[in-house]
Amino acid sequence: MRNKLSRFAIPYVVWMALFVVAPIIMVVIYAFTSANGGFTLANFARMGTYGVVFVRSFKLALIATAICLLIGYPVSYMLSKEGDRFQRIAMVLIMLPMWMNFLLRTYSWMSILENNGLLNQFFQKIGVIAAYNSIFGTNIKYFHMIGTPGAVVLGMVYNYLPFMILPIYSVIIKLDHSLLEAARDLGANTFNVFRRVILPLSLPGVLSGITMVFVPAVSTFAISQMLGGGTQMLLGDLIEQQYMGGAYNPHLGAAISLVMMIIVVVCMWVMNRFGEGEEQAVML
Amino acid sequence: MSKELIRLQNVCMAFDDELVLDHLNLYFNDKEFLTLLGPSGCGKTTTLRIIGGFATPTSGDVLFDGVRINDVPPYQRQINTVFQKYALFPRLDVFENVAFGLRMQKRPDPNNPKKMVKIPEKEIEQRVMEMLEVVSLKGFERRKPEALSGGQQQRVAIARALVNRPKVLLLDEPLAALDLKLRKDMQIELKRIQQQVGITFIYVTHDQEEALTMSDTVVVMDQGTIQQIGTPEDIYNEPKNAFVADFIGESNIIDGIMVKDKVVKMYGKEFPCLDGGFAENEPVDVVIRPEDIDIVPVEQGQLIGTVTSVTFKGMQYDIIVDFRGFKWLIQTTDHCPEGSRIGIKIDPDGFHIMKKSQYSGMFGDYSSFSEEYDELDDASLTLDEEESGDAE
Amino acid sequence: MRKNNSLFNRFFMVLTFVFLYAPIALLIIFSFNAGSSNTVWKGFSLEWYGKLFSNRIIMQSVYTTLLVSVLATVIATVAGTFAAIGFFAMRRKIRDPLMTVNNIPMMNADIVTGVSLCLFFVAFFGLFQKVTGTRLTLGFGTLLIAHIGFNIPYVILSVGPKLRQMDKNLIDAAMDLGCIWMQAFWKVILPEIKPGIVSGALTAFTMSIDDFVISYFTAGSSASTLAMTIYGMTKKRVSPQINAISTLLFVTVLVLLAIVNIREARQERLAAKKHI
Repeated sequence: MRNKLSRFAIPYVVWMALFVVAPIIMVVIYAFTSANGGFTLANFARMGTYGVVFVRSFKLALIATAICLLIGYPVSYMLSKEGDRFQRIAMVLIMLPMWMNFLLRTYSWMSILENNGLLNQFFQKIGVIAAYNSIFGTNIKYFHMIGTPGAVVLGMVYNYLPFMILPIYSVIIKLDHSLLEAARDLGANTFNVFRRVILPLSLPGVLSGITMVFVPAVSTFAISQMLGGGTQMLLGDLIEQQYMGGAYNPHLGAAISLVMMIIVVVCMWVMNRFGEGEEQAVML
Repeated sequence: MSKELIRLQNVCMAFDDELVLDHLNLYFNDKEFLTLLGPSGCGKTTTLRIIGGFATPTSGDVLFDGVRINDVPPYQRQINTVFQKYALFPRLDVFENVAFGLRMQKRPDPNNPKKMVKIPEKEIEQRVMEMLEVVSLKGFERRKPEALSGGQQQRVAIARALVNRPKVLLLDEPLAALDLKLRKDMQIELKRIQQQVGITFIYVTHDQEEALTMSDTVVVMDQGTIQQIGTPEDIYNEPKNAFVADFIGESNIIDGIMVKDKVVKMYGKEFPCLDGGFAENEPVDVVIRPEDIDIVPVEQGQLIGTVTSVTFKGMQYDIIVDFRGFKWLIQTTDHCPEGSRIGIKIDPDGFHIMKKSQYSGMFGDYSSFSEEYDELDDASLTLDEEESGDAE
Repeated sequence: MRKNNSLFNRFFMVLTFVFLYAPIALLIIFSFNAGSSNTVWKGFSLEWYGKLFSNRIIMQSVYTTLLVSVLATVIATVAGTFAAIGFFAMRRKIRDPLMTVNNIPMMNADIVTGVSLCLFFVAFFGLFQKVTGTRLTLGFGTLLIAHIGFNIPYVILSVGPKLRQMDKNLIDAAMDLGCIWMQAFWKVILPEIKPGIVSGALTAFTMSIDDFVISYFTAGSSASTLAMTIYGMTKKRVSPQINAISTLLFVTVLVLLAIVNIREARQERLAAKKHI
């Protein structure tokens, strides 16, 4: 019986071979060849010239991931302490923004952060800018926000925060309450229960969240283009340019993609070492 | 006795490279209550799954009424199963669970034998209600399984299987999930149902008491082979080797030498017994049941030992007595304080002599008394192990 | 342990939700703006909603988005359910490596998935032209394949646990009671895993609607999803018509989710009552 059922997977295994494995092989082939088809390592060597982009991508993505964790963990923890009804609604509310296309939401941030955008208008109205000018002796009309690394990080945090909250929340909610009671019984105070029981047990969710935020953040191109105003080029932009932009060079693009894939593999490897990979299963 | 119904011939079963059943030969008679008894991983559940058609033996034959049924799928066998943890369909109510098998059935139309028709609704209802009556569950038709107690779920599972009028009912540790009191009631209930419907029950358990209470025939298994087949009395009174002696009830198993027929020597002393048929001076295992030992004053004792622990059991005391480093379990109604020296006397019919086997020396010493009890009672633990072993 | 978040904690949570919803609220507000600016309020108007329906580019891309999302969701849900059952029935040794491959599209950066598919399609089309002489291009077909591809893992991910929670003997029990294995699948497995299938389909649809990056690399120039149209506009200026269509979509989803949740809650309450 069970053997017969396992045949159900055969079509999908063929599908994976065609549309998952084969495309990755294509990336590897492109990464190690030049335009005329010969083997080369030049694509990787050329990446050196984009060192700045690599460093910037990692820096911004790491900052964004850290902020997501700092907001996401407490929110998940607090949510888990609320009533069932509240929790269910909150979970829907966290997923819901995804139904408004992320480009549009990011665009909305543009209009908030612009030099004459809503935030600056607001600051002007309540006199923050005037106060700033009088304190520091400057004469600015607005705070410069758009086109800065900070704006890009903000965009990342905004877009990927749900990916941090969901896995952490679903791990915390499944914690065995008798464990927490046992810890209390054994004399741990609230802080110690959190530090010695909840935190270590929720680690798989945290790692899953970190991966789910870091990977898209380090590879984004739309956010950096919209909020970075073209001054904050990231790895994603670099790849995009090799295919869609003026600097058409699919071989270099493939090489950078390959590097990014390796980053993902490392992330997954770290995750699998710490927690059952299954914890990702709880995403929705 | 009644006629043979199922026969397993040289059945072997291997998962990956691990041999789970090793050339099993076994037959099952019509209308008997047969129990496969053994510790987890002994192959009893696998044997049941082979009979039910959920597993195909690696080699060997399964015969049903003389016909080879190795490749007959479960739904074409006149055999039904009561599963571990019942496997009731959670979305169907009691009535629909019981009716499930009938709704799947097709049979020749009485007016037109070439046409296959479903069982008419009226008959289904009648048969389901009849069966619910047998298992005393009338009035529960519209309940969902989750709204039933463990014992009631158990009855639904039995009714669901029996309503199809199988020739054989397989029961896979059906009482393991129930508490002790309910388990005892259900043992009697199962025996009653078996007698009422008059078909073969093949029952799998690791609980020796369950096996002895209900069965006509007990098959003791270990490591994929049959250790002994017999009536509960035979198995208890005449265990074939140290494994059986230890697994069924409590036994002190001592190294001895069969001096000649009806005389066994242990601790350097000769004792009269009733067994014979061994070679002269053949080394043997001597089984002495704890209840067959009489405590006597030291001067009258055949053997003299020191009491090392006393446990009150209600009806009797379980005392552990050290005889020159080998610890015996003795059940007595006399109170002997810890540390006291006592003599014991064993009547000739209290000795049971067994040939040496691969199990000699592994069982029958009560140096680690309490753990031995735990092992036998811990049903849930062994259950899970067995299940995971079969799943792969 | 439970309950009793301090006022400060509640405030922190509310702040997070404000952060998540402020930009969305702005978009919705400015979809009713009389002017075309996203920053200066010129009074209430439904102008953009009216213009929206005569804008062929936007309507076409909405149509493409919905079509590809619905098709991809349906196909991925069916395929993913069957695949999950197949994986479930496999031995660990075979299943584990396959699951790793299955996880790749989920874990990989979208851009890498997009690029790899793009390279694959282009290479395949080259080969195809050499053999048959017919020229294929990126378009709706490749877009659909890409969407199905990244949706299936999510379906498997939500169906898999339901299968594992199921009593493994249920299938045997069904067979024992006369089901052939196809019947066992329909009558026993499917009802048990239905909640997983539904939530898998919902996730898949959400992913499809929200996707931009993978579509961007696989749709070519002939097909354009709403996200791609928006991206094209962000380089210049985004028309408030986009705000309007997004508001419509968002409100639709909001209403649907509210209905589903209220119904679920009511059913649970009913079920709870029955138990007592």
